[in-house]
Amino acid sequence: MSGTAAKATGAGDAPFLIGDSMTGGYGKGPDILHDCTIAVNPGEIAVIVGPNGAGKSTAMKAVFGMLDVRQGSVRLDGEDITRLSPQDRVVKGMGFVPQTNNIFTSMSVEENLEMGAFIRRDDIAATMEQVYDLFPILREKRKQAAGELSGGQRQQVAVGRALMTRPKVLMLDEPTAGVSPIVMDELFDRIIEVSRTGIPILMVEQNARQALEIADKGYVLVQGRNAFTGTGKDLLADPEVRKSFLGG
Amino acid sequence: MNDVVKNTGLFALVGALIIATGFMQSWNSALLILNMGLISAIMALGVNLQWGFAGLFNVGIMGFVALGGLAAVLISIAPEHDAWAAGGFSVIAGLLLGAATIAATIMATKRMPAGRTRTLVVLALLVGGFFLYRAVFDPGVAAVEAVNPANAGFLGGLGLPVLLSWPVGGLLAAGAAWIIGKTALGLRSDYLAIATLGIAEIIIAVLKNEDWLSRGVKNVIGLPRPVPYEVDLQASEGFRSWVEGAYSARLDGLDADARASALADLVITTSSITVKFAYAGLFLFVLLVLMWLVQQALNSPWGRMMRAIRDNEVAAEAMGKDVTGRHLQVFILGSAICGIAGAMMTTLDGQLTPGTYQPLRYTFLIWVMVIVGGSGNNFGAVLGGFLIWFLWVQVEPIGLVVIQTLTAGLADGSALKSHLLESAAHMRLLTMGVILLLVLRFSPRGLIPEK
Amino acid sequence: MDFLNAIVALSNFVLVPAIAYGSQLALGALGVTLIYGILRFSNFAHGDTMAFGAMITILVTWWMQSAGINLGPLPTALLALPFGILGCVAMLLLTDRLIYRFYREQKAKPVILVIVSMGVMFIMNGIVRFIIGPNDQRFADGERFLISAREFKAMTGLSEGLAIRTSSVITVVVAVIAVALLFWFLNRTRTGKSMRAYSDNEDLALLSGINPERVVMVTWLIVAALATVAGVLYGLDKSFKPFTYFQLLLPIFASAIVGGLGNPLGAITGGFVIAFSEVTITYAWKKVANYVLPESIAPDGLAQLLSTDYKFAVSFVILLIVLLFKPTGLFKGKAV
Repeated sequence: MSGTAAKATGAGDAPFLIGDSMTGGYGKGPDILHDCTIAVNPGEIAVIVGPNGAGKSTAMKAVFGMLDVRQGSVRLDGEDITRLSPQDRVVKGMGFVPQTNNIFTSMSVEENLEMGAFIRRDDIAATMEQVYDLFPILREKRKQAAGELSGGQRQQVAVGRALMTRPKVLMLDEPTAGVSPIVMDELFDRIIEVSRTGIPILMVEQNARQALEIADKGYVLVQGRNAFTGTGKDLLADPEVRKSFLGG
Repeated sequence: MNDVVKNTGLFALVGALIIATGFMQSWNSALLILNMGLISAIMALGVNLQWGFAGLFNVGIMGFVALGGLAAVLISIAPEHDAWAAGGFSVIAGLLLGAATIAATIMATKRMPAGRTRTLVVLALLVGGFFLYRAVFDPGVAAVEAVNPANAGFLGGLGLPVLLSWPVGGLLAAGAAWIIGKTALGLRSDYLAIATLGIAEIIIAVLKNEDWLSRGVKNVIGLPRPVPYEVDLQASEGFRSWVEGAYSARLDGLDADARASALADLVITTSSITVKFAYAGLFLFVLLVLMWLVQQALNSPWGRMMRAIRDNEVAAEAMGKDVTGRHLQVFILGSAICGIAGAMMTTLDGQLTPGTYQPLRYTFLIWVMVIVGGSGNNFGAVLGGFLIWFLWVQVEPIGLVVIQTLTAGLADGSALKSHLLESAAHMRLLTMGVILLLVLRFSPRGLIPEK
Repeated sequence: MDFLNAIVALSNFVLVPAIAYGSQLALGALGVTLIYGILRFSNFAHGDTMAFGAMITILVTWWMQSAGINLGPLPTALLALPFGILGCVAMLLLTDRLIYRFYREQKAKPVILVIVSMGVMFIMNGIVRFIIGPNDQRFADGERFLISAREFKAMTGLSEGLAIRTSSVITVVVAVIAVALLFWFLNRTRTGKSMRAYSDNEDLALLSGINPERVVMVTWLIVAALATVAGVLYGLDKSFKPFTYFQLLLPIFASAIVGGLGNPLGAITGGFVIAFSEVTITYAWKKVANYVLPESIAPDGLAQLLSTDYKFAVSFVILLIVLLFKPTGLFKGKAV
């Protein structure tokens, strides 16, 4: 969670994390992604949106190494990590919050955070404090089993768990799936706060309009291809995007 | 190599092994292996129906087999009229009371609204029913067991032809399977496994302890046979002259004394072989009938649905199939086949000895047969039945020879050597485990895989 | 006075034996439940694992006895126990390396692993019978009673005696220590927590950088220790016979399921539920009843609900009741 990372700007600099022209699919199955590019820079929130079955989550999983990328590459901070396993990418500094089953339900909130920091051998108390500062409700409930919390609180545990490795980039797979609109707004607020600490955030979202509102960069995918790319504002303003994906 | 050739070859190989036993040991042992192989094949067929076609994990085969054995006693042994007069009817009345208690409890649980009243009523029914049952049942049992305890002490059977016990054994096993299936099916597979393991132990415990039923560990011996007795054959003039004719080449040229004694030997050997052949014929007939039925079922819409359920239970359920109901059917059918095999086995033995039922032999060995043969393929299961039974019988002498060879260097009478020689008998468990693991690892679909 | 006598008789024949037996079952069920939670299959070889660990301990005990090494009033087996655990650890790690690991890498279905464990069961059973034979073995030594019935009567002046066998006390003490260590390990140490995390959510545990092979290895280590301790305690308290250990599979599984498979606390509770039910239902209550009931209604018979031969039926019936009414067990177990 270093706030010092320089904010990369302009087209000339290589993005901090990029899935560059990725083509691939699961195992021996057919290609699901076709020449798809996703990138994010420090301080940014990048959002992947698109219709159902567009390959949004697939694109994110490709970046995280849960998918066979047959063409193209994934680079983190300039380093090619296309061949690394998800576990190794975690060690390299990628934090990933899956869409479902993203907490240890039988363990306490605090233990969830501890397990998030499993790969670290140094003192994790400071990081835990930072997570508790970001998500004050978790401090209150730290001795409670995570499975007993409400949907929104569970998502906070999940994000907190991923933050415990002090990742250089955080990836969220539909963090607001299945929560109420009020909770969704609160979660988005929290995500913005996390982003303010300097961590680049790559996020897949079903709620396209709200997500694009907070996005610095938006990727609209259709059938595994980049359909539209731009800043959140531009996409929201684009009549084509509005008509096809945002319901007018 | 196409499948037909390969499979025929495998069966021929097992046939050759049994025939080799005939030449190298004796035809009696070869036929014993054949007969028990046939019975094992039927058991494997039943387990394959459950596991291969439906994916149900039954580890209570021993219990169903034992119920078949009980059927053989209850059908074929003559009734003990004195015992019936002494206490038979209170035993039956006690059992009926017990059954009525359970039925009433189930009714109460189902019909009454949940709450304290229901709990109290159910408890009262159970406790009251239990004491009533014991009050009627216990004196009856004591009276029955007091009648001629050395030779009888039980109620006896119905005195009907023993062949009738084969289907009845199937029915008994089916009944037990229904009870287990009703409770444990529809839950996850481990539960069925543990439940079947439990029911098998309980059935054996009942057979061992309820002396009024089948004399417990005092065993019931001398069950009537469906085939002639050796002594009757030996005494029969027709049989003797038939043997004389069949072996005329060997007998001719001997002097009168030698000829008479050779003939006597031949008659004894041939009579015992003839009896075993008669059994083999009966068993083969049952195996073929069951095999035909199971094959028909497998290729019917019912069988296809069963496999569809096995391969994707969730999808089948979503398509509106009654998964638990179908599982119950196949579980009952498979267990019934094991019950039939159990009755056949007790008929072959001519006695029921509850003390000899061991799960390793009657449950887990059958599993080895199915897995090694090829789960999901009936021919595979049958092949596995024969092959594994052959090995089960032959590993012991082979193991002994191996150990003797290995320890040949050790001094006679050394503690280690005698211990090793004594332990050779346990080689068969080890071998079966190794065979099972090797097949699972390197040929997980078995010798004759499912198509 | 009669009331006190009744309590003493009850303790002597029901409470003490049931507590000892319950501790043994709980230790066995803990092993089963850990394997279920981490490796996700029902291990049919567990009874034989207990027999194997106990066998090594017995062999070392015999050697110690012949070498004159002993613990005075305590059984020598306690001294040999660590060796038994080591032997069992070696055996389990070897089976994992040679057999189970392959299926783990294949991501085989749990039921395949159950069948594989059947094969392991055959082999372990064969090895144990091969080495020590199928018969009863005695290896208990030291003081037989902590308090004998006669001493107790003299001490209290009651007509009913309470005999406390050393083996019962040792069973309870060792079980308490083992369980305390286990829970400390699972709840307080990093490795223990990582085991719970892996059992809770395998994918997320992998994402968190928890090494599954290490978790599995530690699980086998713990299971070996628990199984050996359970096996030795059962052998000290009753007797060692390979087939009996195989038969323990049923009450042990019943305990684990009744408590909720995968839940350690459930396994312990389940063990005591099964043990107390088994002992109370198969105990002849005549003696206790005679003390507390007026003579007119005291029972004539043994007042035994079921003959001891049906003790399996007790575990089984409890199991069925739980399956019917609460399939995940008393404590919420894993619902795979």
